[in-house]
Amino acid sequence: MRYAETGFNLEIDLSRGSIERVATDPRDTALHLGGQGTAAKILWERVGPEVDPFSPDNLLIFSTGLLHGTPVPGANRTSVDTFSPQTDRYSHSLFGGFFGPELKHAGYDKIIIRGKSPDFVYLWIHNGKVELRDATHLQGKGALDTASTIKAELKQPEAQVAAIGLAGENRVFMATIEHANSSASRGVGVIMGDKRLKAIAVRGTNDINVARPAELFGISSPMYAAIYDNPDCGDLLAHEDDEEFHVNNFAWGNARERQKGYWNEEREEKWTAVTESVRLRWTGCYNCPKDCHMAVSYPGRPPYFQKCYSKLTYAMAAYEEIEFNYDILGVTQEHGLDGFSTPQVLAFAVELYDAGILTDEDLPDFPPDGAGRFFYLVEKIVRREGIGDILANGVYHAARAIGKGAEEYDHNTMKKFEQVPLKLSMINYPYFLMYATGEKMNITQIEGSYPQVPIADPEERKAFTERWEAAPERFKEYFMEWEPRAHPTVEASINIADWNETMHYVDDAIGTCAFLSSFTGQWAGQPPYHIHNLPAFISHATGLDLDSDGLWEIARRNRNLIRAINVRRGLRRSDEKPPADHWKKRDPEMEQKLLDAYYEFKGWTNDGIPTKQTLDDLSLGYVSDDLVERGILSGDEQSGSEATVGASAE
Amino acid sequence: MTDAKGTAARMEMAKKKVLKHIKVDLDKCIGCRACEMACSAFHARPRFSSTNPARSRIRVVIDEKNDMYVPIRAGDYTPAECTGRHKYTINGKEYNECSFCGVSCPSRDYFLEPDSGLPLKCDMCEEDPTLEEPWCVQVCRCDCLTFAEEEDDREDQPEKRDEMEIGLESLILKHGLDKVLDMVARMSSKG
Repeated sequence: MRYAETGFNLEIDLSRGSIERVATDPRDTALHLGGQGTAAKILWERVGPEVDPFSPDNLLIFSTGLLHGTPVPGANRTSVDTFSPQTDRYSHSLFGGFFGPELKHAGYDKIIIRGKSPDFVYLWIHNGKVELRDATHLQGKGALDTASTIKAELKQPEAQVAAIGLAGENRVFMATIEHANSSASRGVGVIMGDKRLKAIAVRGTNDINVARPAELFGISSPMYAAIYDNPDCGDLLAHEDDEEFHVNNFAWGNARERQKGYWNEEREEKWTAVTESVRLRWTGCYNCPKDCHMAVSYPGRPPYFQKCYSKLTYAMAAYEEIEFNYDILGVTQEHGLDGFSTPQVLAFAVELYDAGILTDEDLPDFPPDGAGRFFYLVEKIVRREGIGDILANGVYHAARAIGKGAEEYDHNTMKKFEQVPLKLSMINYPYFLMYATGEKMNITQIEGSYPQVPIADPEERKAFTERWEAAPERFKEYFMEWEPRAHPTVEASINIADWNETMHYVDDAIGTCAFLSSFTGQWAGQPPYHIHNLPAFISHATGLDLDSDGLWEIARRNRNLIRAINVRRGLRRSDEKPPADHWKKRDPEMEQKLLDAYYEFKGWTNDGIPTKQTLDDLSLGYVSDDLVERGILSGDEQSGSEATVGASAE
Repeated sequence: MTDAKGTAARMEMAKKKVLKHIKVDLDKCIGCRACEMACSAFHARPRFSSTNPARSRIRVVIDEKNDMYVPIRAGDYTPAECTGRHKYTINGKEYNECSFCGVSCPSRDYFLEPDSGLPLKCDMCEEDPTLEEPWCVQVCRCDCLTFAEEEDDREDQPEKRDEMEIGLESLILKHGLDKVLDMVARMSSKG
């Protein structure tokens, strides 16, 4: 009997219309846990570097986390893994809500989709009954509208649906997959659309068993209060009406300029009133007491859910006020557009128009105002009409297709992907490393355990570290030594970058929400889940006997496997460059020194490739063999293994 | 206990009977369904050995587009659907009468064991040992579900009547005493 997981994946071939239920190898669970980890292994084995993301051979994998459906509160983030046409690299996203737990109750740990359907279909999974159904009548429908239509036609109000909107259908690179109150961003919807899969509906009514039920309930039950009562976890910004930090510090337009002093009391009152007038209620995700998602009803728009930082991204990119943001979200959520990257693409087009690079010929009847222009561009993009066809490929590719100097306006992408619109003054060592080397494409998926700012008062600093249960010991020392306006040392910086991303690799394998763990320790050092308490949850749920070092090693294995996937597709040190203007004051010499040290610490070559020994030590011998066979590794590269001894939970 | 003393004692007990309530504040529900998970696990045999919201005796009826989030608890079983269901509009949201109904009935698959189809009923977690608060209430941190106990203040509790007595009385009402006696005599003579 398998615990916490079902032991079966669903394999769907859309070209042939075939559906198989395939047993999985429990050794993969022991090595990778689940979620992103086991998905990475499948992508490594089955999608070679020669496979174009738009090829039928590309896979689109929906993974439950290992703890989905168990009593562990806050385990509900589904991982979506594939290859991106925008970056030509590994593409990963997560969405909360209810989909993963429902899929597991239906009897599956993953849905692995290959091939391409000739016409739009949707997948209906009802326990052992799985079928592909015609979806041509859903074409053009909004993502949330599609979900309610499917539930009605199946007469299954309790089914959970993940769907794409018009953006995904038309292979817009910023396309999301929308589900209930959540979205999978970072462009995974483009592959779902390319495969002509409009939606997946799932209903599951099977039991999920755990290895040590009494013990698991014993430690899970107190977590409801621990999470609910903890003011420093969950989406802190969601409930915040004081937007000063974001509107004053994040860049407006196409990640272009800061508006210091934009925020004032009058504006706060006005914005709060608007937010309260459109809010229907706060909602949460499966089995989590935090209410991070706002159900919104904006006049004239269908109801939708606002989450995360999308609250401000459109308004700031268009130089508009918050009403506009709520208004356009009512359109973009149904189209299934990423609230991070889309506003930048729209603002980029506006900038090009203002600079005369795009003209009235490209943008006939282009409205004069920011709001009007954004609505205009959104419709062009999701339909790939005219200039929209070029903009739909994201800033990097659009800049090159447009030419005429448009490349200069592509200043906020890295690895061809839109980054958070932050323009700061002084280089930050750990952040340099996280931006440069991260492979989850957005800093929010990499940062989060180590505080962003030091504490000036030594007593407060000491108190902070004394109650800092989440941190391995060495971080307490780094933090004690960290004075305001000083850089952490190189050693501290590489450890901080490593710990931050390691925790995301843990979350994304077991399905726990980053707002309860990997993204959350940075505020007060008190994430409900951390490297020291998670092993007990995983062990009791699965029967695997994991300790903190064991969990850390699995996270390193998953991280190195994903590194290898991208290395095999061409990723090298030369790609690991944050946007040039991300910091005003750069330190090129130090940056290279940091990269040298970090690669060595990670057990990678000086070109950012995991060495044979690093891979072999992580039971990834089949990966190192492949890299050697391809001539990517010689096999004799110096190992950084001595340095990596430091990378542990203690 | 047919004597007067016994009856009095029984009346006394009935007077002191405590009624348990789970109060539902619809405005506070965030739709997380922790109550469903918790209920299914608490009632699993052995306790906590599995989770499965489909077996839960509390369900959250959710219609996201209509902003409807209604936790309902399993009540009695009924073999027939009711007719003439009503629709209510509250604060601009349309609710079907079923949204508030805890009956397990043929018109929906709430409160039916997914394997056997047998009806489920909320027992307020009155197992041995009885929980201080039902499990669903304990996991509902946003206080949509709250537990309340109040004394049953009804003075004259009718004595609980025997099922056969109720059945026979209704047959007599419908068919008359003679017909019922005839039928009983005929059935008993057939052996």
